[in-house]
Amino acid sequence: MTELTELGVKAIRDGVAAGDFTAREVAEAHNTAVAAGGALNAFIVTTPDHALAAAEKVDAARAAGKQLGAMAGVPIGMKDLFATQGVQTTAASHILEGFTPEYESTVSQNLWSAGAGMLGKLNLDQFAMGSSNETSYFGNVISPWRHKDGGNADLAPGGSSGGSSAVVAARIAPAATGTDTGGSIRQPAAFTGICGIKPTYGRCSRWGVVAFASSLDQAGPMARSVEDCAIMLGAMAGFDPKDSTSLDLPVPEWEANLSADLRGKKVGVPKEYRMEGTDPEILDSWERGKEWLRDAGAEVVDISLPHTKYALPAYYIIAPAEASSNLARYDGVRYGLRELPDGAGLQDMYAATRAAGFGDEVKRRILIGTYVLSAGFYDAYYNQAQRVRTLIARDFEKAWAQCDVILAPTTPTAAFALGDKMDDPLAMYLNDVFAVPASLAGLPAMSVPAMLNGNGLPLGLQLIGKAFDEQGVLNAGLAIQQRAAFDAQPEKWW
Amino acid sequence: MSVDQTTVAKIASLARIKMSEDELARMAPELSQILDWVEQLGEVDTSQVEPMTAVIPNTLRLRDDVIDADPLTGGDRRDAVLANAPAAEHGFFGVPKVIE
Repeated sequence: MTELTELGVKAIRDGVAAGDFTAREVAEAHNTAVAAGGALNAFIVTTPDHALAAAEKVDAARAAGKQLGAMAGVPIGMKDLFATQGVQTTAASHILEGFTPEYESTVSQNLWSAGAGMLGKLNLDQFAMGSSNETSYFGNVISPWRHKDGGNADLAPGGSSGGSSAVVAARIAPAATGTDTGGSIRQPAAFTGICGIKPTYGRCSRWGVVAFASSLDQAGPMARSVEDCAIMLGAMAGFDPKDSTSLDLPVPEWEANLSADLRGKKVGVPKEYRMEGTDPEILDSWERGKEWLRDAGAEVVDISLPHTKYALPAYYIIAPAEASSNLARYDGVRYGLRELPDGAGLQDMYAATRAAGFGDEVKRRILIGTYVLSAGFYDAYYNQAQRVRTLIARDFEKAWAQCDVILAPTTPTAAFALGDKMDDPLAMYLNDVFAVPASLAGLPAMSVPAMLNGNGLPLGLQLIGKAFDEQGVLNAGLAIQQRAAFDAQPEKWW
Repeated sequence: MSVDQTTVAKIASLARIKMSEDELARMAPELSQILDWVEQLGEVDTSQVEPMTAVIPNTLRLRDDVIDADPLTGGDRRDAVLANAPAAEHGFFGVPKVIE
């Protein structure tokens, strides 16, 4: 029999339902893989008992002849940005170390209700701010991938969902939750040769997700196939009255409606994404992507998204502005860290707590956000960025007159080495140049693996869809998956 | 726009983050670099454009006007609310003395 850790979401769910193996066996196999994967530093805490308890519930339900949920028997990794009742939730920040929520986030609760179990809480960039998983208080996550020339340099698993991408690529978990504010699902998925989808803004409840930039934050699944992403997104999504921006729409039957037949569909290729400095191998993967989608029956058309180059600078005003406001809650009073120097008053306590609790990147973004929102600068920075955001969304609106889905690279380069970009915040930000426009427009977008580059590292292709059309994105992703036949996986060194 | 160390110190104080002179000296050029780069947004003619307020058109809902409509977010959960407080005392959040 295939090793249970090689199986994806669908194979596990269907195998458990058919009685080929028990959910408990699946949970045990993955708990063992988690315990053996410590060198990746992907987990902040592990929760083997949670996985086992969920599995036993599924096995008992099956024995009793009850109907099983969409994720029944599937153990997953949970990004440590989701509040989990009774299990430490830190956002990878010292300021939340030891915080043990009294409640469960809507998305994680939806997954448990669908029969999933939790292997542990996954490491990430601190408060999801970063693109390499190097800003975590709990240390870097190391990608399971290495250069094929034998170089042992530790590579970045991408960020912010770097723990999620690492464990899914390393066959430690069949799937994991991610969150995407400006590429934090898609970029790590591309770096590690897996799939990840950010749905339309509002599909997944933000209730119980540690807030970074509320107008951009969206949860989504990361897994090794398009089908697995469709299944897991179906379990995560749904209207939640506790989130004021939650979409009050039924959750479509994404899994049942998957189809790689793209006849009659138009795929837009935006000329502005052909940027200077993009790796030639990335451009090559893009060409192949066009061929694959043509082969699936789609027509490929050139489109223009003229404000693309302004998306990243607009993002780096809007996201820090929202972050500076959201992170004002960490004050050393209600939860988390408190630093109280001798003789300190309330204001000194706030300042000392936040100085000790936040990492450098978080401080940098809070300061930028505070600056652009301050009196005298608000209009020039924040309002101008929100106006540009309107233009970026309008670019996409116009494009939908010409095409049904957009194909682009996910990232301008393959994974870089840890440490490569840490001294230059701006160079790090530029890694999300292709991911950010869809975030600003609230659109569903997915990364699927396309090929390996000359160094043996995965490259991803991105599909961007119309608002509410996750199905179109998943279907185009499936067409690429079937033709790319990407089956490379990292050689085990950990 | 470039920001000097004095400006960064002022922002840090507004953001309630204590920073040493060394940190301020390191942060000033980093913030300047980022702020210089976002300046390019000024090139875009936005005179005819409204700032975005909602990324997906949506209307805010009102919940039923009843007490504890959702028990999870309703009242009477003092102990749960205080459970993670660094200094909970007598059913309240404890803070340093603020009034002499």
